[in-house]
Amino acid sequence: MSLQEELQGPPPAKLVVEHVSKWFQQKRQTVHALDDVSLEVAEGEFIVIVGRSGCGKSTLLDIIAGLEKPDKGNVMADNQPVLHPGRHRLVMFQESALFPWLNAFGNVMFGLKLKPGLRNSERREVAKFFLHLVGLKKFMQANVHELSGGMKQRVALARALAPNPRVLLMDEPFAALDAMTREQLYGDIQRIWEKRRKTIIFVTHNVREAACLADRVVIMSPTPGRIREVFEVSLPRPRDFNSIEIAEHASKLTAALKEHGAHAAVTGL
Amino acid sequence: MRRALLAILFFAALVAIWSALVRANIWSPVLLPAPGQVARYLAHAFQDGTLLTATGVTLRRLLIGYAIGLAIGLPLGLLTASSKFVEDTIGVMALGLQTLPSVCWVPLALLWFGQTEGAMLFVVIMGTVWSVVIATDTGVRTIPPIYARAARTMGSKPLHKWIYVILPASLPFLVSGMKQGWAFAWRSLMAAEIYVTILTGFGLGHLLHYGRELNAMDQVIGIMLVIIFIGLLADKTLFSPWERFLHRRWGTGRT
Repeated sequence: MSLQEELQGPPPAKLVVEHVSKWFQQKRQTVHALDDVSLEVAEGEFIVIVGRSGCGKSTLLDIIAGLEKPDKGNVMADNQPVLHPGRHRLVMFQESALFPWLNAFGNVMFGLKLKPGLRNSERREVAKFFLHLVGLKKFMQANVHELSGGMKQRVALARALAPNPRVLLMDEPFAALDAMTREQLYGDIQRIWEKRRKTIIFVTHNVREAACLADRVVIMSPTPGRIREVFEVSLPRPRDFNSIEIAEHASKLTAALKEHGAHAAVTGL
Repeated sequence: MRRALLAILFFAALVAIWSALVRANIWSPVLLPAPGQVARYLAHAFQDGTLLTATGVTLRRLLIGYAIGLAIGLPLGLLTASSKFVEDTIGVMALGLQTLPSVCWVPLALLWFGQTEGAMLFVVIMGTVWSVVIATDTGVRTIPPIYARAARTMGSKPLHKWIYVILPASLPFLVSGMKQGWAFAWRSLMAAEIYVTILTGFGLGHLLHYGRELNAMDQVIGIMLVIIFIGLLADKTLFSPWERFLHRRWGTGRT
């Protein structure tokens, strides 16, 4: 694969979640984490899953990533069953999960080095390209602890984008950031997504974040984790986090969450 | 500069107090020799080569025993951290043996190996291995599981994960484990040298022992000072640079 193709990236993938159920064995009881969850995600679609903690949204993400196995049902990515984690479906975690023994550049290189068919000089070019894309050109050599929370998540985003996955799975990536940084990142992620179209599944408990980013919002409720409703958000992009339309959509989502008895841990910010 | 000056002042004050105590004549000079006398002994032992030979013999034993101890201890620690079976068997044994003071190995070593280099080596290895196992085990266990998960999603297979994630992630603990292992090896060797009298080479421990037999207090204190000095030097030159590097990278502690 040439460097040019590599920088353009492969087409996004189609995802199908078919009747997935999952139980967790705990000391005293069995927790029914997911109950017959089905979801179809089109190529290049931006899906946001919303629900209170314990509704199984992170478990669902882990199953799509291949980190967990479903007890029933299965996940298909481009008509291939998902059995293991793979570099076509990369995950960006809540805590940055960056490796402190590597600098920003080294972290982005980590996934690239695991990708065959590239020369090392090309890998370095790709890593630089993505650090530019997330606006961290000047911080390539910075140690992880020298970066702010927002910058760490930008590196994590570059690390997840660099090996050109076809699906990007984001597990509450901005939950630990302050409001200002988060709003900036909403803009960035929309800009980057326009340029590098990926199928994205984004998990959050923040309804406004969901309304701002999603093509479709999936609402889940806990015990057992189920999909309750799916909302389309057909606002033009880029969307402004503070616009009235976003607020209106967010309040609809909040109402739906309340209706499904899932309001307790939902924040409106 | 100011810190170095204060440190020098502190140690000068210690010597001054020592000197004053000798002059106060509370204890017999046989029990408490003057600093000058100890210095003269050291100069003399240095000139006739006894000191350098003994230090060489001791350091060779220490390095060989330490290297073997690390070579056994590090992989064992990685194993106890990753397998429940090894944890329940070797892990428990390591914990038990680590609490055993290393001087307790000496009688056993003497009966098994006699008055030989082998006995000495055995005591040093036994003193080193278990603390290295425990420190490595703790290190690997404290790695946040999210590192391994992130690596797996990027396509890292088990062997790759061990080499490029688990090992570097546990590096700070491995270094402190190696440092602890060094301290234990040093203690064990001194115990062994004091008790095991062999003709294949006189180490610092032997000089200390014969100092006692000859009632030569200047020799006893002089050799003790040399032992302390070597320990300090090893810490400052072998381990401190590593620790400073890790603190800078990880952003922990003072830089």
